[in-house]
Amino acid sequence: MKILVSVKRVIDATVKIRLRADGAGVETAGVKFSINPFDEIALEEAVRLKERGIASEVLAVSMGAAACQETLRHALALGADRAVLVESDAILEPLTVAKLLAALTRRESPGLVLMGKQAIDGDENQCGQMLAGLLDWPQASFASKLELKDGRALVARETEQGIERLDLPLPAVVTADLRLNTPRFATLPKIMQARKKPIERLDPAALGVDPTPRLEVLKLEAPPARRAGRMVDSVAALVEALRTEARVL
Amino acid sequence: MSELLVIAEHDGRALAPAVLSTVTAASALAGHSGGRITLLVAGQGCRPAAEAAALVAGVGRVLLVEDQAYAQPLAEALAPLVARLAKDMSHVLAPATSFGKDLLPRAAALADAQPVADAVRVIDARTLVRPIYAGNLLQTVRVKAGCVFATIRPSAFAPAGVGAKAAPIEAVGAEPVALRTRTLGCEAGASSGVDLGRARVVLAGGRGMGSAEGFKRLEPLAKRLGAALAATRAAVDAGYAPNEWQVGQTGRIVAPELYIAFGISGAIQHLAGIKDSKTVVAINKDVSAPIFAAADYGLVMDLFQALPELEAALADDNSGA
Repeated sequence: MKILVSVKRVIDATVKIRLRADGAGVETAGVKFSINPFDEIALEEAVRLKERGIASEVLAVSMGAAACQETLRHALALGADRAVLVESDAILEPLTVAKLLAALTRRESPGLVLMGKQAIDGDENQCGQMLAGLLDWPQASFASKLELKDGRALVARETEQGIERLDLPLPAVVTADLRLNTPRFATLPKIMQARKKPIERLDPAALGVDPTPRLEVLKLEAPPARRAGRMVDSVAALVEALRTEARVL
Repeated sequence: MSELLVIAEHDGRALAPAVLSTVTAASALAGHSGGRITLLVAGQGCRPAAEAAALVAGVGRVLLVEDQAYAQPLAEALAPLVARLAKDMSHVLAPATSFGKDLLPRAAALADAQPVADAVRVIDARTLVRPIYAGNLLQTVRVKAGCVFATIRPSAFAPAGVGAKAAPIEAVGAEPVALRTRTLGCEAGASSGVDLGRARVVLAGGRGMGSAEGFKRLEPLAKRLGAALAATRAAVDAGYAPNEWQVGQTGRIVAPELYIAFGISGAIQHLAGIKDSKTVVAINKDVSAPIFAAADYGLVMDLFQALPELEAALADDNSGA
């Protein structure tokens, strides 16, 4: 069984996000980019399924600018067998990405599509659910445990009510939450090997998808700063402040 | 006139509190032009939830859809129904909870629409504000055409109250679906008995709590204050607290009157989940913890020393509880 994993290139989680001077976007000059951490977890899960003999091939897919090749090289170093880049400098909304993934899924016929539950830039948390809808496949979002058995996926998902367990037939879309696994680090030999693995490059039009955005971004702004706080030197002073200043006790 | 559909999250008997905040957002989107808010209650044997929905202020109509396929709130079953109903709607809204985030994008994709995720403010009928980059930036977006699909961050909108009279309940037919997913059950961890999303006071522990037993030492104070308990990712990963207590970019977003952080260092991913709290208190023995920069009041102190002192100080005051 083939597993398709979608990986997004995002600003690294440790970078302090700054608005560009013109206010029209996020400062990316000199900024470190990484694979979206949730997608890295999804990829790790796919690689482990291959190592256990349950999957036969892991295909990593990314959408965006040419620089996404770095993200795909990283995915290949972590254990993906091959990669596809759908290259576009346009803003790709989750619906567009889901349509591109649906087209690739129809071409590649994987038994499972894995991706992170959200990307840490847009924080949308939509793509996997949209893909499952477009394909009319079962879905399990926010997965913290995944077991494949007899053509079915047993998934534990993290919800506000607790851990929900689902049983769904493959093919299906599963989106990874943080506790699904802890990804490995890429080793130098694997990084060297990854340079020889193939990356196919495609144009969105070749997949028959119109990438025109449906949303218009009118403004980007920093949230209002919290007023500066102060230190107190005892529990008594804290309780006094909470009663008389903040009036929350 | 706009027609707004709010997808109700419910347990068959009552609405989830997040639905009431979503109705408030719907009222704001309807604006002065006037619009009708329809609450969709889909399930099986869920008439009591529909009757509760009919009493929510601002709701003009309740659609009750009962079918075996909706016995569990699965996106796979509900999305085709929502997409069908969306054809007659100007807006389709759901709370940005694990239920709404699972369902709404799938339904929107079936309707060929790009939803707005996690809206925190309404500008006008088609324009919403949403946080991105873990709340480090706010993005104002306008839906260019067609039905507006959006999930609403519950902590950003006050809950709708009780209406003057009950809205009519209309039963409508289910959308046929060959449901393939089975729900095997849901296991909740220990609960403090207070809903984290609605609590006026939240007591949160980080890795500094040291253990699950350490977390238990928050309970007496939580009880005194009627507070919900919460945790950081680090504390959940370490097994000190159940997953559903996690607050942050990828967990729950809370905005209580009072948030007290015990032994929390203050990673930006955690701060993303508490930014809108009215008053933030940080108690940590490490003076260099970043949480102090985000707190209204900081106290450098061992939390296990501070806890009994806090209990004692509040026990002195009968009005404190």
